Amino acid sequence: MIRDITIGQYYQTDSVLHRLDPRVKLLGTLVYLVSLFCFHNPAGYAVALLFLILCIRLSHVPFGYMIKGMKSIMFILMITILFNLFLTSGTVLVSFWKITITVEGLKLAITMALRLCMLIIGASLMTLTTTPNHLTDGLEKGLRFLKVIKMPVHEIAMMMAIALRFIPILLEETDKIMKAQLARGADFESGGLVRRARAMVPLLVPLFVSAFRRANDLAMAMEARCYRGGDGRTKMKPLIYAGRDYAAYIILLAYLVISIFLGRWSVMTELLTSL
Amino acid sequence: MAIIVDHVNYIYGQDTEQAVHALQDINLQIPDGQFIGIIGHTGSGKSTLVQHLNGLLKATSGSIYYNGQDIYDEGYNLKDLRSHVGLVFQYPEHQLFEVDVFSDVCFGPKNLGLSKKEVELRAFDALRQVGFPEELFYTSPFDLSGGQKRRVAIAGVLAMKPDVLILDEPTAGLDPKGREDILDMVKRLQQESGMTILLVSHSMDDVAEYVDRILVMDHGRVVFDDVPRQVFSHVEELEEMHLAAPQVTYILRDLKKAGIEVDENATTVDEAASTILQAFGKK
Repeated sequence: MIRDITIGQYYQTDSVLHRLDPRVKLLGTLVYLVSLFCFHNPAGYAVALLFLILCIRLSHVPFGYMIKGMKSIMFILMITILFNLFLTSGTVLVSFWKITITVEGLKLAITMALRLCMLIIGASLMTLTTTPNHLTDGLEKGLRFLKVIKMPVHEIAMMMAIALRFIPILLEETDKIMKAQLARGADFESGGLVRRARAMVPLLVPLFVSAFRRANDLAMAMEARCYRGGDGRTKMKPLIYAGRDYAAYIILLAYLVISIFLGRWSVMTELLTSL
Repeated sequence: MAIIVDHVNYIYGQDTEQAVHALQDINLQIPDGQFIGIIGHTGSGKSTLVQHLNGLLKATSGSIYYNGQDIYDEGYNLKDLRSHVGLVFQYPEHQLFEVDVFSDVCFGPKNLGLSKKEVELRAFDALRQVGFPEELFYTSPFDLSGGQKRRVAIAGVLAMKPDVLILDEPTAGLDPKGREDILDMVKRLQQESGMTILLVSHSMDDVAEYVDRILVMDHGRVVFDDVPRQVFSHVEELEEMHLAAPQVTYILRDLKKAGIEVDENATTVDEAASTILQAFGKK
């Protein structure tokens, strides 16, 4: 039940994307997400979609597994689509009762939905192919330059690592407590909003108690091993760029150039022809 | 026949690359009133199996019958099943949440929709059955010791008056005294109320003294299903599964090798003591 949420989870398998340096993936994801909002024409979408499909194929993560995680954001997606569909003014396409759908609205709804989907899949592709530890390692090293302005980069990365590490543990714990309370006849699914909220109490109280207990244990274990922050700390597996990482950077750059060029170019030609 | 498990398979994470075949073709008959020990190494599928018996996990294939009814039938009342088949999870004290012990034990019967009086009566009975001291009924469950918390959690399931009680590693993390107390209590429950008991454990010594029948699980299969005496005669196979026979079995085997006439199939400490005394008396 609760384990079906796959957003932000790591998918264990072996692929080029999995082996890539996390810094490449972080920057790549950032570039991709920004690029999604830079173009305004079909060609741009096609390039972005093609790039995403290529990455998905390279990642060896089953597409069905990715989609399963998307269910939880379906609601937000629907709201975006509906708002854009009904609340955009322009040339009327259909009109009945108080509802009018415009051509612009339809266009906007479709493009927004497409963008959001690509955005979410693109971002989750990173977390699916990178372990939390790797991710924070990459973040720590990639943002090292911020130390110049006294940013506690290591501490932030450590906090992130711990937070990410705890997601699957807490999910598992939730699953366990949920089952234990179900075995005692608890009912999480029926009733109105108030009843459902109250039904969460037997789940949330033990969950908080166990989260605090785990946090306490972890703090103790870290202290027992003399953890004292990032100064002078060395890595067992330092991040070093390999050939494939440079290749990935080049591909990324190529993608960026193509998408900007295509996107801007046709906007310009469109402008010219409309004149 | 209270519970029948028929060709049950269960696969974790079916559509992913890490799919694990946790249960493989399990067939069982669990008659009323039996005390059964389920033994297996970590990851052998014993916890997965017991979660099927009250419908918390749904088998990938196969069926389970409770009192002749298929629990996977459409419209079968799983909530009702869970009140008949009580399941106490590993570290059950982690599920406590109420402000005091008594209200926590009330949670189960309250979910069954009973009257307030009946709920409190059952909670009171259950706490007495597990031997919980009355003066602590209204303290916070979080202030109790580990052993006492566990008693409260077990009482929480007992208060639903189940016909079958399943305990998943009820002695994990307890000291020897606490272990014995809990196991004695479970045995007493079975004898007094005729409950069917399934005790999951990885320690043979825990179960040897108490159970009528042992299921040994390994890699999702039931390997042995017999009376303790028979199961413990397969010492070598058990060791291959990273399990062990009870300590008395080893002592008796060594004695026999040394030429002393003892009955090496004795399973409990008492039986072993009497056969050793007998052997030496004969000399």
